[in-house]
Amino acid sequence: MLEPTAPRRTAPLDTRHQVETPEGIDLPLRPAGLMVRAVAFAIDLGIRGLILGVLFIVLAFLGKLGMGLGSLLLFAISWWYMVLFEVLRQGRSPGKQWMGLRVVHDDGTPIGWSASLLRNLLRFVDLMPFGYFLGALSCLQHPTFKRLGDIAAGTLVVYSERPLSRPQLPDAEPRRCPVPLTLSEQRAVLGFAERQAELSPARVNELAALLAQPLHISAPKAVSELNGIARGLLGPTA
Amino acid sequence: MKQSLFESHHKAEWERFAVALERLEHGKDTAQVSDFPKAYRRLCQHLALAQARGYSSFLIDSLQQQVLRGHQQLYRHRSRLGALIISFILADFPRLAREQWRFVAAASLLFFGSLIGFGVLVYLNPELIYNLIPAEQVREMQGMYDPVAGHLGRSAERAASEDWVMFGYYVMHNTGIAFQTFASGLLMGVGSGFFLLYNGMIIGAVAGHLSEIGFGQTFWSFVIGHGAFELSAIALAGAAGLKLGWALIAPGRLTCGEALRLAARKSVLLVCGAMLFLLIAAFIEAYWSSKTSVTPLTKYAVGTALWLAVAVYLLFAGRTRHAPE
Repeated sequence: MLEPTAPRRTAPLDTRHQVETPEGIDLPLRPAGLMVRAVAFAIDLGIRGLILGVLFIVLAFLGKLGMGLGSLLLFAISWWYMVLFEVLRQGRSPGKQWMGLRVVHDDGTPIGWSASLLRNLLRFVDLMPFGYFLGALSCLQHPTFKRLGDIAAGTLVVYSERPLSRPQLPDAEPRRCPVPLTLSEQRAVLGFAERQAELSPARVNELAALLAQPLHISAPKAVSELNGIARGLLGPTA
Repeated sequence: MKQSLFESHHKAEWERFAVALERLEHGKDTAQVSDFPKAYRRLCQHLALAQARGYSSFLIDSLQQQVLRGHQQLYRHRSRLGALIISFILADFPRLAREQWRFVAAASLLFFGSLIGFGVLVYLNPELIYNLIPAEQVREMQGMYDPVAGHLGRSAERAASEDWVMFGYYVMHNTGIAFQTFASGLLMGVGSGFFLLYNGMIIGAVAGHLSEIGFGQTFWSFVIGHGAFELSAIALAGAAGLKLGWALIAPGRLTCGEALRLAARKSVLLVCGAMLFLLIAAFIEAYWSSKTSVTPLTKYAVGTALWLAVAVYLLFAGRTRHAPE
């Protein structure tokens, strides 16, 4: 009789892709969708065009030798530009860097030579029959937005992490919650307090009012009550 | 434990970790980060604790970010590239080609079969060439291999600098074909099959036609040398493509995606080998095949030797495991 080894995790509501590390930690990766990737690709295409244009003008002065070098360079840039940037710059080509994207293996480790080569060689199939048609189709229907090359190479294009700034908790008298909170409720209350600065006052009141009844308080006082509970959960700040 | 207490307890440790992370990410002096794995596991524990105690999203998110960055540094696929390349050339590539002999055989059959088949057909029915290749290109082709003209390949009176031009051109053109043949294998192998047949057909037709009109000597002495590497490279790239396609058609007990990923890992190595072959072929084509001072007989002899060398390399190299590993 087979027993389930671990409880099934429920998938998050958003597009986050959970990777479990050997330490038993779930790392959330945020896969990037079609549009942002298309923009990144367009930027890379423009840069490549620019490099080739400048090089060809320079090489034109070198005559025949220049022509030979030119076709070698055309080969190098059209097939190796992405691979070199991805492997040597931690998964970022200039276009991806610009859009805040990065390529990683499915398990979250930095991309290596073989995977990068594979996903960029197979770009040819994604381009078929015209203008990334197959790639776009595959990207749109895949849960983590992979194009065909990504599926074969086992890679993922994700948003790079941005530095976080510490949110200011609104001032309130710390207090104990009248009812015991579960972990997720506790996090929700803390989240409410942390994100208050990003919300409009009307929305803050609306959200807090939802909890007025279960907490046995009047709706107008709900906001300060919740902030107080959040303060109480956080503990005294030095 | 309240969150703020937890934070103030471990703050110094997290800051030290961030500094070590910064060092590693910028490749600076990695000697001082020998306790990095330990610090990373501590951080993982802190993250797990923070999650289990329901601390605030900001703390969990920032710990998660640190862990993610640490994970990127700790679980990197580091490999000694130099040793890897040497052992790949000496043993792993021919070994792989033998291991995948079914696909190599199928691709070779498609490619060389259509090459020889169309060669013979065109030789016997000279009119056929105009159905396969536009008349204009046929004329161009004839101009290139005209024995009266006294030059070979694409350009007249080639100087040393022009060898460069042709080298660049051959690398780009041939590798492009090989990559296409490989990549289109993702379409259930149909694409690879098509490109193998198609390229075989074109090359065969040209060969048949030129032999038939009496340009055989110039043509065959030109192509025999680099053909050994170039044609087998296309067949190998095609084999890699067929392997991809086959993984999709018959994934066995794996899911399609998983089977594809496993097949892709091997076939990309085949393609790397094929690229190596194409590079050698481009060298030979630009600097040896185009020499007009060498007699055709010498070229035939060298060409045959090269074909044998390729066959021996693919069949026997790396049979015994020794030095390179």
